[in-house]
Amino acid sequence: MPNLKDLKTRIASVKSTRKITKAMQMVAAAKLRRAQEAAEDSRPYTKRFNAVMAGLAASVGGSESAPKLLRGTGSDQTHLLVVMTAERGLCGGFNSNIAKLARQKAAELKAAGKTVKVLTVGKKGRDALKRDLGGDFVGHVDLSDVKRIGYANAQGVAKDILTRFDAGEFDVATIFFAEFVNVVTQIPTAQQIIPASYEGGEGDADSASAVYDYEPGEEQILADLLPRGVATQIFSALLENGASEQGARMSAMDNATRNAGDMIDKLTIQYNRSRQAVITNELIEIISGAEAL
Amino acid sequence: MAQTMQFDLVSPERSLASLQASAVQIPGAEGDMTAMPAHAPTITTLRPGVLKVESPEGNAEYVVTGGFAEIGGDSLSVLAERAIPMAEMTRDQMNTLIEDAREMYKTAKEEDQPHGLVEDAAKLLADMEALGTHMSL
Repeated sequence: MPNLKDLKTRIASVKSTRKITKAMQMVAAAKLRRAQEAAEDSRPYTKRFNAVMAGLAASVGGSESAPKLLRGTGSDQTHLLVVMTAERGLCGGFNSNIAKLARQKAAELKAAGKTVKVLTVGKKGRDALKRDLGGDFVGHVDLSDVKRIGYANAQGVAKDILTRFDAGEFDVATIFFAEFVNVVTQIPTAQQIIPASYEGGEGDADSASAVYDYEPGEEQILADLLPRGVATQIFSALLENGASEQGARMSAMDNATRNAGDMIDKLTIQYNRSRQAVITNELIEIISGAEAL
Repeated sequence: MAQTMQFDLVSPERSLASLQASAVQIPGAEGDMTAMPAHAPTITTLRPGVLKVESPEGNAEYVVTGGFAEIGGDSLSVLAERAIPMAEMTRDQMNTLIEDAREMYKTAKEEDQPHGLVEDAAKLLADMEALGTHMSL
């Protein structure tokens, strides 16, 4: 049984841990609000963009001359998995859930005889996948210096991916990120970005494309917009990820704070009991000493 | 001019404007065009330039770089990659934009990229510089 002094130090150390986790929770809550706002601000752009792309894709998509980004390369032999995770840990299962999904997908593809390449965005995903997929890494994007995710960051990632695509390094690209539902729920998601699939009311798309004039031509616009589409999808995924990360960290730290509280209670009871035991012991000693005389 | 249309200017990072406008001058890829209510439905890509909005409440100007505009009968949405209100624009920001364009042109030329990217970058640079002069900052 630990002595009184040990217990006291233990209690003090758990208390300071609780302070830290509490502070981290509050920081995450503040950041979460900002991340959510950023995600909401980007939504109108993404929505309209996808609507226009759906229209264009519906009218041009079927033709032979459609850009490769839309049509695909005609094969699906090599897959690029873009795994987007956080730069920091201490956010519950956030990073490992994304990594797990990516690992599953990679295993499936490999079982089907496909080649898998992995591009990681965010340090934690890289660390998590290094052991299983380390040999398949083709690159890493470091966002640890970025305080606030901007469109420029997404463009950087998109450019990296597009350069590889133009060089014929892969046929299909899929991004992995966590979709933000609420503070306690983040769903790891896989989304194919190349070849692009724009869904959204097929009927609407057809009628929309019929009435629009395009300047310059439809195909030029499509060729111009598809790379932007990749960037836009990555941007919204990064923002979702940002919000999810803060949400996951917030609930993880909330749990940690509560656990620390429980532990302090338990240790305090133990401390008081052993203090009482020591006192009782001393009294017994005194009394039996007095009786012996 | 009583008639107005719904005008939205959005960038990936935020929505900049959403108002009733009577006329909007758009820097289209193939030349400027002015959209007014009941314009034929058109989708055009943008070149870097100045977007001028006329509305009953007053006029506004925005510097936009890249993106596209969707003109419907009674609505106009401009999706710009970067959009900055003219009032907030400074020489420094302009210089950064020009510098970015120049950098892009240089790397495009060095790497000898396909798809006419070199010409695109050159045009972008020229557009940017013209924009800078036009604004006479």
